[in-house]
Amino acid sequence: MDILRIATAGSVDDGKSTLIGRLLYETNSITKDKIEALESASKRKRLDFLDLSLLTDGLIAEREQGITIDVAHIYFSTPTRKYIIADTPGHVEYTRNMVTGASNAKVSLILVDARQGVVEQTARHLSIAALLRIPKVIICVNKMDLVQYDEAKFEAIKESLRSLVAQTTFVGQEISFLPISSLFGQNITQAADKMPWYQGNTLLGELEAFEFAESLAHAPARFPVQWVIRPKTEEYHDYRGYAGKISSGTFQVGDVIKALPTGQESTIASIEKFGEQLERAEAGDSVVITLTTDVDISRGNSLVLASDTQAPQLKDFAAHICWLDHQALSPGKTYLLQHGVNLTKAKISQITERLDVVAQTSSQDVDSMKLNEIGGIQLRTAQPIMADVYAENPSNGAFILIDEFSNSTVGVGFVK
Amino acid sequence: MTNSTIKDKIGQFPRKLEDESIYIMREVAAQFERPALLFSGGKDSITLVRLAQKAFFPGKIPFPLVHIDTGHNFPETIEFRDWLAKETGAELIVRYVQDSIDQGKAKEETGKYASRNVLQTVTLLDTIEEFKFDACIGGARRDEEKARAKERIFSVRDDFGQWDAKRQRPELFDMLNGRIAVGENVRVFPISNWTELDVWNYIKEEKMEIPSIYFSHQRQVIERDGMLWADSEYLNKEADEIPFEATVRFRTVGDMTCTAAVESDAVEIDIIIEEILSAEISERGARIDDKRSEAAMEKRKQQGYF
Repeated sequence: MDILRIATAGSVDDGKSTLIGRLLYETNSITKDKIEALESASKRKRLDFLDLSLLTDGLIAEREQGITIDVAHIYFSTPTRKYIIADTPGHVEYTRNMVTGASNAKVSLILVDARQGVVEQTARHLSIAALLRIPKVIICVNKMDLVQYDEAKFEAIKESLRSLVAQTTFVGQEISFLPISSLFGQNITQAADKMPWYQGNTLLGELEAFEFAESLAHAPARFPVQWVIRPKTEEYHDYRGYAGKISSGTFQVGDVIKALPTGQESTIASIEKFGEQLERAEAGDSVVITLTTDVDISRGNSLVLASDTQAPQLKDFAAHICWLDHQALSPGKTYLLQHGVNLTKAKISQITERLDVVAQTSSQDVDSMKLNEIGGIQLRTAQPIMADVYAENPSNGAFILIDEFSNSTVGVGFVK
Repeated sequence: MTNSTIKDKIGQFPRKLEDESIYIMREVAAQFERPALLFSGGKDSITLVRLAQKAFFPGKIPFPLVHIDTGHNFPETIEFRDWLAKETGAELIVRYVQDSIDQGKAKEETGKYASRNVLQTVTLLDTIEEFKFDACIGGARRDEEKARAKERIFSVRDDFGQWDAKRQRPELFDMLNGRIAVGENVRVFPISNWTELDVWNYIKEEKMEIPSIYFSHQRQVIERDGMLWADSEYLNKEADEIPFEATVRFRTVGDMTCTAAVESDAVEIDIIIEEILSAEISERGARIDDKRSEAAMEKRKQQGYF
């Protein structure tokens, strides 16, 4: 059983709460007492249907109490998959939260109101999905019930998004359009009997059919070392194991590897997990790797295949950046850069551009980056980082910037 | 696409969850000088111990298990705790709420509903100070309640153990920023993304031992507010609350004074999982109890509990 992470974003009235509520309801993820509570609440509001938006309304209540909800996590599962929705409510710190919520997602769910069509947030959402190389975008044209389930209306919205999608999308990104009604359960997990003209998948059908694990396993092999295990017990006297989570690609026993940044070579003697000996391990697996020879490897080093001549070591490089902090980015200031588990000092030598993700334009005359802004920078690091170009290998191409004094995470970068 | 049924969800543990949690355990050991694992004896903290074992095997767990003993625990829980510490070779630190009471730092509650749940926080914060723990690993999950849904995996607490929702750091990808100032500490939640069902399915797949009170047994109970409470010397009974024997088990493991039992014949884990899944649909009584204790826990969290 695998896990599929989905990012959703939007304001309360675009029907997102109802959509999420509907997904939970139709996958049997809601307990009976909650449904009973919904029924009585819906009755109190004199509605003749079940108001599923109330399920995520705890979040709205919290916001009224003045607590900022930046990313909320919602869980449901089917017999084949566990789904995690990272939901970012649409308010002030929109871009920051959307980027944060989407950083782990493999699917971006974008809602468009069938009556309103494309709005500014639609463009922002599409741009961020592209910047983060989210492999699948599902654009749900919601509230079809309010436009009499009119096919022409759906096609018109699709058409109006065509040029925007063409501008933002990248090769390999899957984009699908779905006409839905969250309120009446049309095309969420059940086929839409009100829209016989639509022959495609339901929303859940799209999610269940989406395959994503393959691409990660075929990316270049990268193993960042988190922790060195040296039990020093009688049984494991000379044992030295490198513990970490494979960030991309596949490793096998017998592979000749090199440790970066030193470049020392060795051969994988074993791949272990809690005493179990594995022949191979792939992206996402937390394992322990032992080598046939003694090599000086510590936390923050990376193991890659020795034959991989492209394995990067960056000290002076360009990146996209999204600024996450109230205190603006200042060029020349020293930050801590964390790439995976590797930490080094970094200086931003130049801000090269600021992007307007809605208008799809950029300006070059920039001397600072404020909260929620996205742009391009040039950086120098004290020690090399073993990061790939983000667009080519997203699971090894991002980093965060940390303010040395406040210890806050102030920016997220994507190696260009 | 047909709807999934309850039976479909039994015994399906998403293995990647374990990989993610092991990664978090290793980050704790690497980023902090004096981490600790807060151990309650319940299924979630037992799961944490297993994950910590796996993260550092064949090495030992590089941090102690810390148990804040209220003095009102089920004897079975204490027995299990000591067995698990021995079995894993982990260091076990126990601190007692009774000591905090004796020192005048905490005051025993009175009345029918008296419990030591709230008092635990005092002892916990003292323990953190005594050992200068900079990271405390807890078994909270985001699916437990709405307020948890937004909490980070690395959650920074101030000098007084307080949680400030507005000061939370964004967590991007799997990168965890554990940098803190002197006096601050971090609560770490490695099973944030697990649901209750994930935990049970994991316990099943891993064939893990759990305290015997999770399984059906005979016990003296009293009925109060439509629920069954274990009779013990710690429970303040009213005159008309007369103990009787029942076949019960516990869904959560807390203090004897605030954990209600459910009537159950479940003697093996499959039946427990099935019972939990169907309980979500029919056993309203037990769920109301869950809700009540969760709400209480949320208040404790703001005051410094995990």
